[in-house]
Amino acid sequence: MNETTLIGLFIAVLEFGTLLYLAALGETIAEKSGVLNLGVEGMMAVGGVTAFWAGVETGNPWVALLVGVIAGAVFSALHGIVSVVLGADQVVSGLALTIGGLGLAAFIGQDLVVEPPGARFEATNLGPLSDIPWIGEIVFSQTAVAWIALLLGIITWLVLTRTRLGLILRAVGESASAADSSGTSVVKTRMIAVMIGGALAGMSGAYLTLALAPGWSEGTTAGRGWIAVALVIFGAWQPGRVGVGALLFGGLLALEPRLQTFGVEISPILLSMLPYLLTIAVLVLLSIRSRNRPSVAPAAIGSAYRREDR
Amino acid sequence: MSTTTTTTTQPAAVELTDIWKRFPGVIANAGANLVVRPGTVHAVLGENGAGKTTLMNVLAGVYRPEEGTVRLRGEVQNFANPAAAIGAGVVMVHQEFRLIPTFTVAENVALGESPRILARRSIEDAVGELAERFGLATEPSKEVWQLSMGERQRVEILKALWRDAKVLILDEPTAVLTPNEATELGRIVATMAADGRSIIFISHKLDEVTEFCDEATVLRGGETVAASLPVDALDAGRLAELMVGEATEVSIRRQRSTVVGDPVLDVRRLSVRDTHGVAVVNDVSLQVGAGEIVGIAGVAGNGQRPLSDAIAGLQAIEDGSVVLDGADITSEKPRARNAAGLAYVPEDRLGVGLAPKLNVVENSILRSYRSLTNGPFIDRGAARASCEALVETYSVKVGQLEAPMAGLSGGNLQRLLVGRELADNPTVVVAAQPTRGLDVQGVAAIQEILVEQSRSGVGILLISEDLDELLALSDRLLVMHEGSVVAEFDPDETSRTQVGAAMAGAVEDTH
Repeated sequence: MNETTLIGLFIAVLEFGTLLYLAALGETIAEKSGVLNLGVEGMMAVGGVTAFWAGVETGNPWVALLVGVIAGAVFSALHGIVSVVLGADQVVSGLALTIGGLGLAAFIGQDLVVEPPGARFEATNLGPLSDIPWIGEIVFSQTAVAWIALLLGIITWLVLTRTRLGLILRAVGESASAADSSGTSVVKTRMIAVMIGGALAGMSGAYLTLALAPGWSEGTTAGRGWIAVALVIFGAWQPGRVGVGALLFGGLLALEPRLQTFGVEISPILLSMLPYLLTIAVLVLLSIRSRNRPSVAPAAIGSAYRREDR
Repeated sequence: MSTTTTTTTQPAAVELTDIWKRFPGVIANAGANLVVRPGTVHAVLGENGAGKTTLMNVLAGVYRPEEGTVRLRGEVQNFANPAAAIGAGVVMVHQEFRLIPTFTVAENVALGESPRILARRSIEDAVGELAERFGLATEPSKEVWQLSMGERQRVEILKALWRDAKVLILDEPTAVLTPNEATELGRIVATMAADGRSIIFISHKLDEVTEFCDEATVLRGGETVAASLPVDALDAGRLAELMVGEATEVSIRRQRSTVVGDPVLDVRRLSVRDTHGVAVVNDVSLQVGAGEIVGIAGVAGNGQRPLSDAIAGLQAIEDGSVVLDGADITSEKPRARNAAGLAYVPEDRLGVGLAPKLNVVENSILRSYRSLTNGPFIDRGAARASCEALVETYSVKVGQLEAPMAGLSGGNLQRLLVGRELADNPTVVVAAQPTRGLDVQGVAAIQEILVEQSRSGVGILLISEDLDELLALSDRLLVMHEGSVVAEFDPDETSRTQVGAAMAGAVEDTH
């Protein structure tokens, strides 16, 4: 194992970390408002394919990224309308979003498979910082999107903990009736949260097709949306912890194709199970910890809110 | 109690005039009136179903009245929703608290109104200051799930004060409090009144009304029967009389059981705690003899439901024992209790008693399906036959037996449920609110079934909020108040007023 492969591994850890973090951060926001969205995989695919298409058409990665973000948000609004406004089952609606999203993305992307990327995010050059050995190559040569993900994480954390908006969002996710009686609109708040979640999943997909892969083919998302959903639980619905989890799970994704190069005799298939096993372990730990206190999960998650009438 | 200086020119803080509100099949408010002066604590009294909560929901913007006007300080209001009422300074503290357990006290309070950027410390300080001003002991940085019920209620009151509520509606505020916490609440309420706010205190506990309140308005059957009575000039007996009304002629009065057999149900010193650890049944002992109907009267929420659930095995028993026909069944599972001869007609027909989405046949065999099997399968023919027999015997009016249960009317649901429970020839029937919400025919049918059962030697424990029914059917009448049996009456020798006073806790003990 030489220095180059090791540096390559660490670069990949951060890249996969970025991919997972964007999607998981969006899902965290949606779930904090009390809406479980199992459509992350589908939203990622839709965001990814539309961004790739826009890249081919315009040649501008920023325009392409924006298109992916908007596509993710619009697509997630379907889940919002069905489960938040109409009050249908969140699990069913979310699964439909994943299945439908994968199908829709495959359809849109039929002719794009052969296309070379029209636009891509390149490694940023931060001058002297990028010249630092190891750290310069690994950290300070990431694409701009990685820095955006970090920034969004910090903003999300600040908004959730330090602002009135965050208080309302969390209140809606904990007890819709309490939030409602204090004069906030439950439906509006949840719709916004779901669409922010969709936007970030779309950005994650765009990052995949514009930077990480780059390129489009059916199945490019390869279940990473599901890892993002698990990651939210793993990170106990906290943006910071989700970030740490993103690096850990991102590490597992980065290791998978490299195991053989490193001469390790573990099947990469077993490795790909690890994120889910870790999530289950965290779930168990969380439930042990919360035996005498409320769970860390948003209490209203999964349930539609209807104002009670006599 | 605040001293009141009456200035006739000052407009009332709240004036509800001729309020009408109807719900399907029920007239909740039939021309109710209420006038609350500023700076006073005003009691709104009435039995369950008297229309208190509906009237308060009208004031708080939850319901829109069909007729009548709401005035605050002389100005006509037309609240479209609770937020509009809150904006006008009317805040209701509901019985079930609307707090977020994982939020701190300060966060719960700030949810109503706060700056865009939340500085944790400064909000906590502000909440702490407000609490101190009104003598509400609380810790703003504590999370609500760690607080006692009394503390949680103080947070609810703080939320109202935080939004500068001029009119606070407290819906049966002492129901969840310990006696000490209730005394504390009285002090807080007085402080708020002294600050010029008006407090509406919904209650049916007469001692609290005379202790905490300045004036009282009494509702009965959706109407105001007494408005703004000065509490000083009242005694609990008079209030009780107003609440339950003058003695009405009881039409059906069954022949009392002449020979009461050995006790078939013997409840000994039973105590039950709810999930919050609050004692809801305290040391209750009662016996029901074979062929006897023992009635339990009481205002809703005074321990009747946990008592009946505990007897049926649906509620954990803290202390004491339940003996059925000589056998101790205290730690038996519900099925074993059924097998031992206990039948339970639960208060919550369509939740506990029946499964709304299952069809009539399935519901009818919920208890007996184990004997209607064919190998691992339900014998559908036998199930249908047993259901048809039930429907026939108890004249249940039902369209299709395969239709979901929820489609049946209340009376028919209850006939099927009662019939199903009686199918195994029980020795004891515990019937909780068996006729509540039924039409006249339904009531008569169910009452007839119960009387018939008692004639054939079944012991019946009848829990009801309908005093007339209890007086008509019971051989003995017990009254529950705050989880205890506080009085026992001979239905032939008592009056509604006497029983009503005991229900309100105004009678200490007549054992």
